[in-house]
Formats: sequence, structure tokens, C-alpha cells
Amino acid sequence: MALAGIFLMLFLISHLLTNLLMLAADGGKAFDRAVELLGHPAVKIVEYTLFAAFLIHILLGVILQLINYRARPVKYKKAPRTEISTFSRYMFHTGIIIFVFLVIHLINFFFVRMGWAPLPETAAHSHDFRPMAVALFQNPWYSGFYVISMLFLGFHLKHGFQSAFQSLGLNHTKYTPAIKIIGTLYAIFISVGFAIIPVYFLFFFSS
Amino acid sequence: MNVTLKIWRQQNAQTKGKFKTYPLRDVSPEMSFLEMLDYLNMQLIEKGEEPVAFEHDCREGICGTCGLYINGRPHGPMRNTTTCELHMREFKHGEVIYIEPWRARAFPVLKDLIVDRSSFERIMHAAGFISTNTGSAPEANSTPVSKIIADKAFDAAVCIGCGACVAACKNSSAMLYAAAKVAQYAMIPQGKVEAKERVDKMVRQMDAEGFGFCSNTYGCEFDCPKGISADFIALMNREFFSSRVCGHKQK
Amino acid sequence: MQKLNAKIPEGPLAEKWSRYKAGLRLVSPANKKKLEIIVVGTGLAGASAASALGELGYKVKAFCFQDSPRRAHSVAAQGGINAAKNYKNDNDSIYRLFFDTIKGGDYRAREANVYRAAEVSNLVIDHFSALGVPFARDYGGSLDTRSFGGVQVSRTFYAKGQTGQQCLLGAYSSLNRQVAKGNVKMFPRRDMLDLVITEGRARGIITRNLVSGELERHSAHAVVLATGGYGTVFYLSTLGLGSNASAAWSAHKKGALFANPSFIQIHPTSIPVLNDYQCKLTLMSESLRNDGRVWVPKEKGDKRHPTEIPEDERDYYLERRYPAFGNLVPRDVASRAAKERCDAGYGAGDSGLSVYLDFKDAIEAQGKKAIQDKYGNLFEMYEKITGINPYTQPMRIYPAGHYTMGGLWVDYNLMTTIPGLFAIGESNFSDHGANRLGANSLMQCSGDGYFILPNTISDYLADDIRTGKIPTDQQPFQEAEEAVKEKIQKIMAIGGTRSATSFHKKLGKIMWDHCGMRRDAEGLRKGKEMLNELEEEFWKDLRIPGSDKEINQELEKALKVADFFEVGRLMCEDAIQREESCGAHFREEHQTETGEARRDDKNFAYVAAWEYKGHREKPEVHKEPLHFENVEIKERSYK
Repeated sequence: MALAGIFLMLFLISHLLTNLLMLAADGGKAFDRAVELLGHPAVKIVEYTLFAAFLIHILLGVILQLINYRARPVKYKKAPRTEISTFSRYMFHTGIIIFVFLVIHLINFFFVRMGWAPLPETAAHSHDFRPMAVALFQNPWYSGFYVISMLFLGFHLKHGFQSAFQSLGLNHTKYTPAIKIIGTLYAIFISVGFAIIPVYFLFFFSS
Repeated sequence: MNVTLKIWRQQNAQTKGKFKTYPLRDVSPEMSFLEMLDYLNMQLIEKGEEPVAFEHDCREGICGTCGLYINGRPHGPMRNTTTCELHMREFKHGEVIYIEPWRARAFPVLKDLIVDRSSFERIMHAAGFISTNTGSAPEANSTPVSKIIADKAFDAAVCIGCGACVAACKNSSAMLYAAAKVAQYAMIPQGKVEAKERVDKMVRQMDAEGFGFCSNTYGCEFDCPKGISADFIALMNREFFSSRVCGHKQK
Repeated sequence: MQKLNAKIPEGPLAEKWSRYKAGLRLVSPANKKKLEIIVVGTGLAGASAASALGELGYKVKAFCFQDSPRRAHSVAAQGGINAAKNYKNDNDSIYRLFFDTIKGGDYRAREANVYRAAEVSNLVIDHFSALGVPFARDYGGSLDTRSFGGVQVSRTFYAKGQTGQQCLLGAYSSLNRQVAKGNVKMFPRRDMLDLVITEGRARGIITRNLVSGELERHSAHAVVLATGGYGTVFYLSTLGLGSNASAAWSAHKKGALFANPSFIQIHPTSIPVLNDYQCKLTLMSESLRNDGRVWVPKEKGDKRHPTEIPEDERDYYLERRYPAFGNLVPRDVASRAAKERCDAGYGAGDSGLSVYLDFKDAIEAQGKKAIQDKYGNLFEMYEKITGINPYTQPMRIYPAGHYTMGGLWVDYNLMTTIPGLFAIGESNFSDHGANRLGANSLMQCSGDGYFILPNTISDYLADDIRTGKIPTDQQPFQEAEEAVKEKIQKIMAIGGTRSATSFHKKLGKIMWDHCGMRRDAEGLRKGKEMLNELEEEFWKDLRIPGSDKEINQELEKALKVADFFEVGRLMCEDAIQREESCGAHFREEHQTETGEARRDDKNFAYVAAWEYKGHREKPEVHKEPLHFENVEIKERSYK
């Protein structure tokens, strides 16, 4: 769970950095170069690992949730007042939202690339992601959904980051507080980073 | 002061239980929570009703026998406090107080507020010890232990085995309980010898008992009456991975 | 008359145990597997005995009334465990630990037993350290010690204020190891209700399964009682509420002599009674008297807030009366001194039944941090219970019933007068005389369990290697079970109106008033009569709701209270018989002009072992004379 999570968190950084290139004022050249790089065979291996990581993370998440649910067959009548962070309480729920997002996200881009979905008119070929994205983001409903999903992703990461370290036993009286701060910064960076892209294309971009 | 108690009543492990309401008058704020229940029970007995069954023994917060889920928290609203140390001065006149047993598949209810915690016992039977025979110990000071480590081991060793960590955890996980013992022994030189085998056996037993998995919400730490840190869970995780990766194959 | 043979070996004191041990018979490993031993009680004594016997290869069945052995009341011992390691280079030695214990016990303990306990104390510390018990340490990594009441050396090993918990968990861990190996089988949630004797030997017990209510027969080749003390006879005491006398009492009724029942320690530093529904007095460790100073106002009935009473208006009465030991006088002396001040009208608090224990000077001298490190958890505990912060205000304390030096009479082998029935730890009488020194109880319990009993029991079992399994369908088992069943039916059928606790409360009050810290013949006789009356009421007006075929905590309590009437009477009987003051036993008629205890060594240097003669029948006393060959009997002075 934690290992897959860490891999996914690393992936998110590279994904975000790539996406942010869309915002570059070069008409998307840098972004296209980056996308080209992703076609490299070495990256393919990473891609398969990525799919595996998603699968493991999601499957384990569901299995653990089921086991945990079964571990308390009779619930408390009085709602628990044990103070725990809201984010940690709703990891499964934020996880589901992110999963829904992921599915739509894959339909929009990955299916197109695999030829399972028709190529949008705006795109020149199946790897021409930027026009596809721009078209989607200019739909306020889609952008809104995207931004909200990113918010939940941020919540998920806020807990997930330090939780992964805890689960792997990587804690230390000196460094754990720093890990917690870095985790928060990371979560903000990822969720805000992704969210500004649709906001930019929705409000500040005219083709 | 007067309070209204809503208490889980269940005849035995086989029957279904339900909440019953007991208005209780003239409760002294100086009473401990359990003395308040004694007071209720005395009235119930005088009326010819069956008293509420709950477990307790030392009444000074060290034996770990007592444990009630009071108004949504194990051992009630105070931190670092067992049920028996809780006093009625922490409640308001007219307050409604829900009293429930620990809820977990691994802690089946035996009667009213009494649960069976033998799953905890079996985790300890698995390997909660240092294998040393009586008479085989070296002179005590021949094994120096750093004061810092000894103090940390003590912080883990203060676990009273009450089960509040399981009751508090949204997953009913027993990680803090197991981790406290694993950590105590893994840190000190006497316990390092068999640390890898120990953590493996104890974690396996814990999983077999039907506790949930840890999702690092730290509810256990928040409600542990002895203030045991969830850092020990990380330490157990580390020990566990190191046992899995570097430990020898066991039969 | 049964003749008491203590079987104390010949030879010089320091060599008695090693020589005797060398002569004890052994049981071969192959035969040990065939021998079963029942251990009742899983406190420090029981858990250590069960694990040590398991390690040797015996088949052990261990019983406790709690849901886990870890909850036995040894867990509540706070201050520490003594050993003669001399790590502080303060000229401590086995002899000095022995001497302090004999003197602390006011010359009413057996020399040979006490010396042996001191001798094995060092092994106990080594063993606990190897078991991972987190004792306090110095920065160099070696074990730290502190001093305790009644001694002038620093020999007490400790783990903050939770030494008992940590030692018990150490013993519990060794017990768990034997459970894992299959050598010990645990029977938790069982009350022992009777002892079974076949052909003159203890061969089993009858227990009630506290969950199902079933009566069970368990057999073994020997039975070990490690059932603790009977301090809950006072109702309000420092003991766990489940602690009781019933197991030991059932053995007494079956013929085991009960020694010095009136020797019951009143601990000087417990949190005083705060409300009418209180059922428990919480102990504040004696170690607090290392740094805390005990005082009361000099003015009678001074109700000012303690922090408003200036230094020169405080009476540090322990320092005044006992300059050599000051606040660290033994428990009996400290308790009586507190009672004396309170009875004279100087007591603190609304009830006037408490004295101050003040840390102001210690905090000023050493800093709050140092005090916090030493006593942090005790201070927290005090604040939780009373709502008062002891860092800024003195604690209020008062004596409370605590530890029973009396118990089943045992010989040097720790065997009672019933062959095959052993008693260890607090449940026997042997090592503390008329008063126990602080931190000696953990020492004795673990010494008995780990290092003494496993040796002596083999000598007894050596005769049993051909016996084979003891069947439980024999007549004595049937009879014992029948008797228990009848008793339960009888008590369930009373159908009165009052709870067992209400009787226990009254009983406790009678005992505290008439057989407590200060006793006199008239009061003791009156106490006995009052017990008789209350007992009659009990058997008429008790009410136990529910059935006996399920968890029934009222039934459990009632069975214990029923025995306490008899225990209480025997305590009074013993206290009447002992026309002297010694240790915890203080007779008003026998005191010096300055109010100190006056012992009578000429007539009372003996152990009074009582034989049960039937319900309400006068018990018969047997006397085991005490010989002091290695210490000179002196007036016990802490001045």
C-alpha cells in the first residue's frame, strides 16, 4: 500500500511538471517535446509499473477497507469523538473520488491514445494532448469537476504522504516532524499545481 | 447532580443486546465514574433488578481491567485517563451519558459491558517475551542499557493491555498494543536477539485474531490512557519489514 | 495437636539454603513431564512460579480470576524491589538486607527464611533485567537505585512509580513463553472455591468458571497457592477490588494452619477518603517520602489552606519524633504517628483525617523537572483523583489497609501443614514478621516463585513419580464439588434485600475500628461480636439477582464477603491472644510512656498458627517459637 503510494506520489510530480509545461507561452512546444519523450521504450516500463502501482494501491485499499469494516461488526451508537485528522478518517472516500476522476481521466486521454475512443476534432493525432485538454478545460463543468477532484487528491495526499513513511517504519524523532511538513507542502503543491491548469484555460486562455 | 445513563445491556455472548436508559439522581461530583456505576448498581439490586456488569479491579489506573466506551470515547472525555480514574466532576448536571462496551470482532461481548480480550493474550503468547530461563541471567549490570533507550523502552512498556487502542481505532486495529511490546523488546539489547522472529509471530497472530489494519489515523495514540506514542507502530513496521526482508526463513 | 515443624536446616545462617538445597531430591526431566502442578493466582509470585516450573518441564495449570494474568494486583506495587547488590557502594550486603528485614518486621519473622529471601534477591534482579524489565538506569547504562523506608542504604530498584507493573509484566512474559511451549495451561476467569485432599495430600481444586458459572474439578500432584493477601477485609484498602481471602481460606478450612492473621500492614501514604461511595484507597508510593516532608499544623483544628500556613507553624512530626530516620521511618511507625496526630485533632482536610505530604522544599532544592522525573506518574495520579496539583500544594494522605504479613503457615519448603499444598508470596506468612519493609514484597514474591519453590517442590514430588494422573472422579472431588454447589445454592436462595457490597462496607468498618491500627482487648471482643451479628444479617438479608449459571458479579462478591466474616474473627482472635505490641500490631495496653510499641519477647517471640475447628468454633492456636541466633533482639528504634 505504502510502497505503491510512494511510487504514485513520485509519478504525480513528473505528471504535474509535464502538465505545467502546457502553461508555457510557447504554444505547447515544450509540452509536446515532453510527451514525445514519454513515448520512449524505457518509459514504457515505468508506465506498466505505474499501472501495476495503481492496481495494487486500489485493490489493497478496497481489501483493507473491507477487512477493517468487518473488524467491527457492531458499530458504536454514539458517534466516535476520538480526535483524528479528518483526512485520515476519509482516506477511502477521497480514494473513491480520485478513482472516479481517474476513470474519466483515462477515458478522455488514454482511451483516445489506445484508439478505443474517437479522436476529438481539436487534436491532430492521438498524442496531441494539449488541444484535447484545452477543449475539455474550457468546459466549466469539466474544469469544476477537475478542480474539486484535485482538492480531494490533496486531502488524500496530505494524510497519505506521512502515512506512507509511518507504514514503512521510516520515522525518527528528529525527522518525522519535517516529513509531516513536507507532506503538507507536497499535497498543496500537487493539488494546487494541477488545479491551476484548468483554471488558466477556463479564465485566462483564448486560442 | 443528576445524569441520564444510556447503557448497553446484553445477557450473554449469544443473545442480542440493547440500550437501556437509567436516570440517576444525587450523583456526587467527587465520585469516580465507576463509583457512580456502583451507586447505580446498588439501587438496581435494591429494586431487585440485575446490576450492570462491568469489569474493574485495581481502580487506580494500572491493571487495565476496566474499559468503557463513554460518550464516543474509550475511557471517556479525559486524555491519559482510565475509566476508573475518571471522575464525575468532568460531567455536567443533566448530561446524557452513553456507556458502551469496546466494539470489535476480536473483542466479543460476554455480558453487558464486559468483553472477551483473550485475543490480546494470544498475541502475547505468540512471542511477547524474551526467551531466557530462570537462573540463566548474567549479572544485571553486565548488560548496560543506555538511559535514553531504557527510558524509551519504559514508555512502551507502560501499556496496561486495556484495549482502548482497539476501541478508539476506526479499523479496530491492535497495532498500538502489539507495537508497544515489540518496541519495548526491540530497543533493548536483551530483546534484540530474537527481535526478528518476535515481530513476525506477533503480527501474524494479531492478523489471525480478526483485528483491522492500521491506516495511521493515530486515534489509538489520542485515546491511549497511558499516552503510548504511535511512533512505536512505525518502529514495529520497520522491524516487520526488516524481519520479512532480512530475517531467516522460519519453519 | 499438630506439631509444627518448620524444617529449618542446621548450619550457619549464610550456608543454610545452599547446603539444604544440595540435599533436596530431584525429579528427572522424563518424570517431570508426568507431574502436574496447579498454581492458583498469577501475580508476581504465581506467574513466576508457574513459569519457572514450566521451564523445568512440569505440566502446570495456572488459574486466575482476572481475564489475564497481567492484571493481578502485583501490578499496582509502585515504589520498587529490593536487592542486596550494593551497587551504590553504601556498605549494603545480604546480611544487612536480612537484618533490616528482621528488624523492620519487629523480630517476628523466621531468620532462615528472611536470610534466604535476601540471598536470592540479587538473582531476581538479574533475571528481571534479562527479561527486559525497564528498570531505571544511569547514563552509563547501569541500574539505578533509591532508598526506602526503614533502611539507611539505597537498595531499591525501580521503574518510575510502576515497578510492580513492570516486574509483573516481566513475569507475565515468562509465563506466556511457557504457555506458548505448552508447559503451562492458563485458566483465566476462574475462582478457586475449594481445595481437594485425597489420602491426606492436596490433589486438586474446585473452581467456578466465572463466564459459564460451571463448577470444574482440576487435579494435580501438588497445589501452589499464590493468592495474595486479604487486606480487602477492611473494604477500603489499597488492594484491587477483586482481591480476596477465599482461596487461602478454603485451604485453611481444610486443615492448613493460618499464621499471624492480625499482622496487617496499614500503609501510611494513601489518598484519604473523599466521598461516601468510595470503594478504594489509592496508594501513593512510599518512595515519595524520600523527598516529601510530612507535617500537620501546630495549631489544633487549623483549617487554613496549607500554603498559607507559615513554616514555623508546621509540625514536621516524623522529623521531630524520629530524627535518625525522619520521614523514612517504617510504615507501621509512620501510620501510627499520622493517626496519633489526627486523633489528637491536628489533622488536615474537612474530615481532619489526613496529614500533609509536602514537596515544596524538594522542588526548590532539586527543581520541578527532577521531581517530575522521579514521581511524575504519581503526581498525575494524585491530581486525577483529587483534582489538586501536588506541584503547587501539598498532598493530603492518610493510612490505609495494605499488605498482610499474616497468611498460611508454611515451613522452610514453603509447604503448608497440608502435604502437597504450598503457599508463596503474600499468601504465606513467612518473611515479613509483624511489619513489611517497603519494596520487600516484590522481592519476596519473585524470590519464592522463581528461585525457592521450584527447588523445594521437587523434593516433595520425588515421591510422586509413579502416581500417574490423578483422576477427578474420586470421592473427595465429588464431595468438594457438592459442598461448593450447596454453598452457592444456599447463598443464592437467601432472597433478602441488600447487596453484598453493603455488607462488606459494614464489615470493613468494624474491622478498621476494632482491629485496625490500634487495638485493645475490649474493642477486639466487641468487634468479634459485631461480626457475628452482621454475619447473621448477611445470611438473612443478602440479595443476589440473576442466576449462578452465568456471569454473576454479585455472587462472586457475596462468596468472598461470606469468608471475610470468618477471616475477620480470626484476626480479632489473634490480636486478642497477642498481648504485646509489635510491628503493625499495636495494643493500647502495651505501649511505652512516649507512645511507642512495647514488645514482649519473653512471652510472644513466636508465630501463632491457627487451626480451624469449624464455623464459629474457637480456633486452636499452635505456637512456633522463633529463635534469633544471628541478630540481637533489641527495641526497635528509629530515633
